[in-house]
Amino acid sequence: MADFGGGDLDALRTEAKEWIAANFPASLKGRPNPMMREERSTPSPEQEAWRKAMGEKGWGVPTWPAAYGGGGLSAAEARVIQQELGRAGAYNPIGGMGVMMFGPTLLEYGTEEQKQEHIPPIVKGELQWCQGFSEPGAGSDLASLQCKAEDKGDQFVINGQKIWTSGAQFADWCFCLVRTDTSKKHEGISFVLFTMHQPGVEVRPIPLIAGNSPFCETFFTDAIADKKNLVGPLNGGWTIAKRLLQHERSGLSGAGGGGFGMGGRGIVQMAKDYVGADDDGRLSDSDLRTRLIMNEMDGRAFQQTAVRSMMESRSNSGPSAATSIMKNAGTRWMQDRAELTLEIMGHQGLGWEGDDFSSEELGAVRGWLGGKATTIYGGSQEVQNNIISKRILGLPDLTNNS
Amino acid sequence: MAVLNEEQSMLRDAAKSWTQEKSPVTAFRKMRDSGVDVGYDANAWNEMAEMGWAGVIIPEEYGGSDFGYLSIGLILEELGRTLTASPLLVSAVGAASALVLGGSDAQKSEWLPKIAEGTAVGALAVDEGAHHNPSKVETTFSGGKITGKKSFVLEGFKADVLIVSAKGPDGVGFYLVRGDDAGVSRTRLALADSRGAANIEFKGAAAEPLTGGAEVVEKVLDRVRAALSAEMLGAAVQAFEVTLDYLKVRVQFGQVIGSFQALQHRAAKMFTDLELARSAVEAALQAIDAGTPDVPELVSLAKAKMGDTFHLVSNEMVQMHGGIGMTDAHDAGFYLKRARAAEAAFGNQAFHRDRYAKIQGY
Repeated sequence: MADFGGGDLDALRTEAKEWIAANFPASLKGRPNPMMREERSTPSPEQEAWRKAMGEKGWGVPTWPAAYGGGGLSAAEARVIQQELGRAGAYNPIGGMGVMMFGPTLLEYGTEEQKQEHIPPIVKGELQWCQGFSEPGAGSDLASLQCKAEDKGDQFVINGQKIWTSGAQFADWCFCLVRTDTSKKHEGISFVLFTMHQPGVEVRPIPLIAGNSPFCETFFTDAIADKKNLVGPLNGGWTIAKRLLQHERSGLSGAGGGGFGMGGRGIVQMAKDYVGADDDGRLSDSDLRTRLIMNEMDGRAFQQTAVRSMMESRSNSGPSAATSIMKNAGTRWMQDRAELTLEIMGHQGLGWEGDDFSSEELGAVRGWLGGKATTIYGGSQEVQNNIISKRILGLPDLTNNS
Repeated sequence: MAVLNEEQSMLRDAAKSWTQEKSPVTAFRKMRDSGVDVGYDANAWNEMAEMGWAGVIIPEEYGGSDFGYLSIGLILEELGRTLTASPLLVSAVGAASALVLGGSDAQKSEWLPKIAEGTAVGALAVDEGAHHNPSKVETTFSGGKITGKKSFVLEGFKADVLIVSAKGPDGVGFYLVRGDDAGVSRTRLALADSRGAANIEFKGAAAEPLTGGAEVVEKVLDRVRAALSAEMLGAAVQAFEVTLDYLKVRVQFGQVIGSFQALQHRAAKMFTDLELARSAVEAALQAIDAGTPDVPELVSLAKAKMGDTFHLVSNEMVQMHGGIGMTDAHDAGFYLKRARAAEAAFGNQAFHRDRYAKIQGY
């Protein structure tokens, strides 16, 4: 691996360009990442080759330490890699919850042995992780979780149920919150890792209102986690879980910002096409027009706030208070947008399947339904408001949730 | 808060300490109770002018500092916090920008130095009815004279120079009229927010044209709208913070009312809206400074978002304070009245939503 300690971005750009040209299979140009497809069909030989090449190079996680196979690059250097991938029409084949949430958390809290064992397979895209956090009785009040781990010498024996486990049907390993002390709430939770490929683990995908099954119910019956896979101290898992949720939320509000300007003809033209315009070229439904403008303005102010909080964080003023509002503002905007899209399409926006509806129309109804999850997962909008009330505004906390 | 340069940080700090020491809300209350006809305290205005605030957008050759619109927005934000009444908005932003953008060298030389040092006050006479509508102009200019009626001219009662929109031979544009011209007849308006305003009738008043026509009218109005949004931001943030403090001390049912989730989530909503509105206001002021082509849409975005947010926060201020918020002795009513007056000035939310939509091609 080249040494870019000197920060010579041009040299890195040249190397990236050449390396991508030499390793990215031309047949995959402009194609989506197969990891993003819900059915996760078996990858083609080209897709496998591209994943292996990026995995060996470490550029799938460019800022992770080189000692564990990561790119070892600075944020500025990582942007160069990202730009060159984009320019070449190449997707990043290294992703998933291991990259987004678990990896950064383990790098911060794991032992040297744990990092040596678990980080390289994430870097190489060899193993997929799932998150065992929520339970039927522990959603917003996550710390009330009951899934129990008993100490049996070298191992923990785990019994209980998790729910909303994203991608559990495809996962190789699970990072899981378990109860190791029933006499305390937050201080009785531990953070353990175990393989999903064992007899005590059963996964049942949950069909959702949008007709897909991105989440599962996951049952543990005497499932085994080795003691060496306890992350952090026994009963010290809550601190780690909170850190991990920060990684999750920053990823989610980013997703909110990423939804802007989604190509196509734009919602204004779409509205005129379905609803019609008056002689002055104005959308003929004045009620819809006003609500559409308000949504446009909300989206614009959200974008401006994303820019502002980035600028503020970069300057000396440190992390911006604006960051705390991003998840609620972004998800509220997206859901309003989806409702407006459906309203614009009228009956055509309610098709479930078949040739009577365009793919845009079918996509609108599924997106509208799927989007309802965004104000529930990753800390519901009510939990976000609790966090703002308590941490930013300094109002007293009656939920007793530290 | 936008990332500031050194000059801007100093201006903001100076404005913050001056308003807190010399012009707290009690000063506004005193001004209101005195019934002064111009709707501001002349001594306070002199102090502000001495600090150079009236020259912030005026070029150095005419006695200003040319620090720009984000800078004057920072001052107005601090003034807004304590509801400090002054002609800064319409004189040092409105009349000043009209002269900078459309004035002749002679007009600039005569008026800008006086406006910068606060010895002359300028006002904008644009509207002719109950609603802001700059395209509806029945006031006419011909033969060097202006004839017509203008309404709700902020700080217009004793302004030394009036920048008046009128229809001339080449369409709508700005004209300069001296306040003491014999053809100017002014009627003071007593408004709910206790600020200064007048209805003005022009009966063949002597007028000199400014250049730039309707384009300069819109540019000037956008500068005033953005600056007013900054004042509204300060007032709304202060109204929110006063309310938040009250939630932390008022005890009912044996606990502070701020521990009730019903109120917490409304507070979180206000905080969220204030952060979004701040981004819009600062982006509009920065766009004016940078001279980007999207100023009109960014200004309409800012004024509409800020109007909605100040509306919400001022209502919640009264509601969350309960009975005490209904009393004249409490400041909540001042913020509520100022909110509605500021919302209506230079285009309310409906006006700016419609304008934004037209720009976007709806």
